[in-house]
Amino acid sequence: MRIVIRHEIEQSFEPPVKSLNQALRLTPRSHESQHVVRWRVETDGDSRLRLGEDAFGNVVHALGVSGVTSQLRIVAEGVVETFDAAGIVRATVERFPPGLFLRDTGLTMPDAPSREIAARISGGNMIERLHTLLLRLQHGETEARDDEAAQTNPQDTDEAEALAHRFIVCARLMGAPARFIAGYVLHPEEREGKRHVWAEAYVEGVGWIGFDPVNVICPHDGHVRAAVGLDALDAGATRAAPQPLSVASSVSVRRAD
Amino acid sequence: MLEQSFWDEMNASGGDVRSVYAKIDAWLRETPPDVLSARRSQAELLFRRIGITFAVYGSKDASERLIPFDIIPRIISQSEWGLLERGLVQRVKAINAFLTDIYGAREILRAGVVPDDLVFRNPHFCPQMAGRRAPHDIWVHIAGIDIVRTGENEFYVLEDNARTPSGVSYMLENREVMMRLLPDLFAAHRIAPVENYTDLLLNCLRSVAPATAAREPVVALLTPGQFNSAYYEHSFLADRLGVELVEGSDLLVRDDVLYMRTTQGPKRIDVLYRRIDDDYLDPLAFRPDSVLGVPGVLNAYHAGNLTLSNAVGTGVADDKAMYTYMPEIVRFYLGEEAILKNVPTWRCREPDALAYVLDHLHELVVKEVNGSGGYGMLVGPHATREERAAFREKLLADPVNYIAQPTLSLSTCPTFVESGVAPRHVDLRPFVLTGANGSRVVPGGLTRVAMREGSLVVNSSQGGGTKDTWIIEDPDMRALASFSSQRSV
Repeated sequence: MRIVIRHEIEQSFEPPVKSLNQALRLTPRSHESQHVVRWRVETDGDSRLRLGEDAFGNVVHALGVSGVTSQLRIVAEGVVETFDAAGIVRATVERFPPGLFLRDTGLTMPDAPSREIAARISGGNMIERLHTLLLRLQHGETEARDDEAAQTNPQDTDEAEALAHRFIVCARLMGAPARFIAGYVLHPEEREGKRHVWAEAYVEGVGWIGFDPVNVICPHDGHVRAAVGLDALDAGATRAAPQPLSVASSVSVRRAD
Repeated sequence: MLEQSFWDEMNASGGDVRSVYAKIDAWLRETPPDVLSARRSQAELLFRRIGITFAVYGSKDASERLIPFDIIPRIISQSEWGLLERGLVQRVKAINAFLTDIYGAREILRAGVVPDDLVFRNPHFCPQMAGRRAPHDIWVHIAGIDIVRTGENEFYVLEDNARTPSGVSYMLENREVMMRLLPDLFAAHRIAPVENYTDLLLNCLRSVAPATAAREPVVALLTPGQFNSAYYEHSFLADRLGVELVEGSDLLVRDDVLYMRTTQGPKRIDVLYRRIDDDYLDPLAFRPDSVLGVPGVLNAYHAGNLTLSNAVGTGVADDKAMYTYMPEIVRFYLGEEAILKNVPTWRCREPDALAYVLDHLHELVVKEVNGSGGYGMLVGPHATREERAAFREKLLADPVNYIAQPTLSLSTCPTFVESGVAPRHVDLRPFVLTGANGSRVVPGGLTRVAMREGSLVVNSSQGGGTKDTWIIEDPDMRALASFSSQRSV
């Protein structure tokens, strides 16, 4: 599927700041089931963007602004060609052995509920256990959602993030390296997609497999992977210091005509 | 086990006075207790005037406390020091090679010498440094290696401090106070100087400046601020080094260059001697809520426009779990046996070791792998039944987080306490400086002393005190004789 994405972020600073630095992880990379046809990241104002790569192989733009700033606009847009691979992610840029992704982080500390969920999953091979986890999380964690509401609800990505973290914690407790993925999704039956986050777990002999706990599916050709990390902090679209007072984002994800 | 006898650095095991202590022994014999007491009061007054205090975390009543200072110096001979020095330099060399490797080719993991998960799951391993090299491949410019002694030639490394080791200000202040307080005793010994530490440190820091730096690289010392327990040391060192003492809010990064704000406009910094933890260093890379650090400072470092001292991610080399592998690490990189021994250690992550530790809690010291300052540890022989039971639960819940060691027979040194001169347990933290021109160890270090009788915990946060540490020329017998006759005249 050919997907056109436009992600616009408006930040405002009050009081205005004299200098700011940000890290933007807004650029997808190609891998076996995802080919980036074209992509660009732009900002307005007196700012500079410098292209780099972080420890996980994400494309990062270091954004620097000197001079008094009260408003900043960041736009990422491009076209990505995707292929369905049943959630299996191959030929990605990997800078670490999978074992690194067993690390706990501040946002993925094992807690009692996660330990309980992980402890109750047994039998079958690791892929089966991870699928069981995917089902359990959805049923145990959230009430049935109205899909209309999910489209417009700003809490939507928060929920997806919480579930992805929970999945990651449980998978690691079960012995599978797991990581956080940020990107975009366009479901087959929908006209407009959105910003989205999910997880990946590593299974010996198979490789990295995507799991999308909010949608209880493995990623399909509507999922576009933009950044990877140990948790949401590593993979977030922007990291800013000083923090903006408010952020407004608009995301458009559509099938190319 | 409780009745073990300890080796005393002055009397050996109750025998004759060791020759290095001959003059100290004579001095103690002929100085009446009230004079010693007066000297101690003077010392305390001097420290109060200097203002050298430290804060104890979690103690409400005394936010600023004076570390007890003992006026009886600790003596180590040049030949003993020579051995220590070689061992320290070797160890730091291995630590730097290890850090270069695990953030680079990871040969040691491939060789199976150190388990992968001990590195990758170590909270101090810093993924952001993977694939990066430190300038000159030196990660740890300043190391504090804690040493204990158990006998004539028996030295053990108790722990490595490769992040932001503190305590060097006490080494320097103790020496100054001793020179003022006891000039005669001082003059009677040929004591290796420690005063040049700050010169060596400044040279060391400048030697690792990035290639883009000015001919006279600008160094600054970054402190978390006055509420940090070591703030006194930060301001002391900045003063002695003649460099700016800065906080995060004084700094900014522009185009991958670090600047400090001055009244004359931004001034570039080439080397940042940072005394704040990795986690707080850069809110863009680490904890996003940190207000102590500088946004973008890691980019400046990666771009080669700044040297951070110590480098980021060095904590993976100094945690107590990695410590147990240090003899193998030395062998792997240097092809030599470690000159300084490790204390035998049970890794509770290994089931057999855990079983042993649980069976012998009453005679072992159990420590958290990432703990420091004597917090979160169990000293088996001194613990109550309840404390041991509570620790057993902790161990079972999270064995990976603990190591255990036998209670070492730490050496004692004569110490002036309320009841007079009595032996008290000591350790030693020498400081190893490593720059582009190699490693230097200032002859001496911080001797910490457990002021309570029988106590083995020397940490200042737990009531430990300090002593001046004298590295003296090996005594020759004629000089000794003439000293005694002079004094008795």
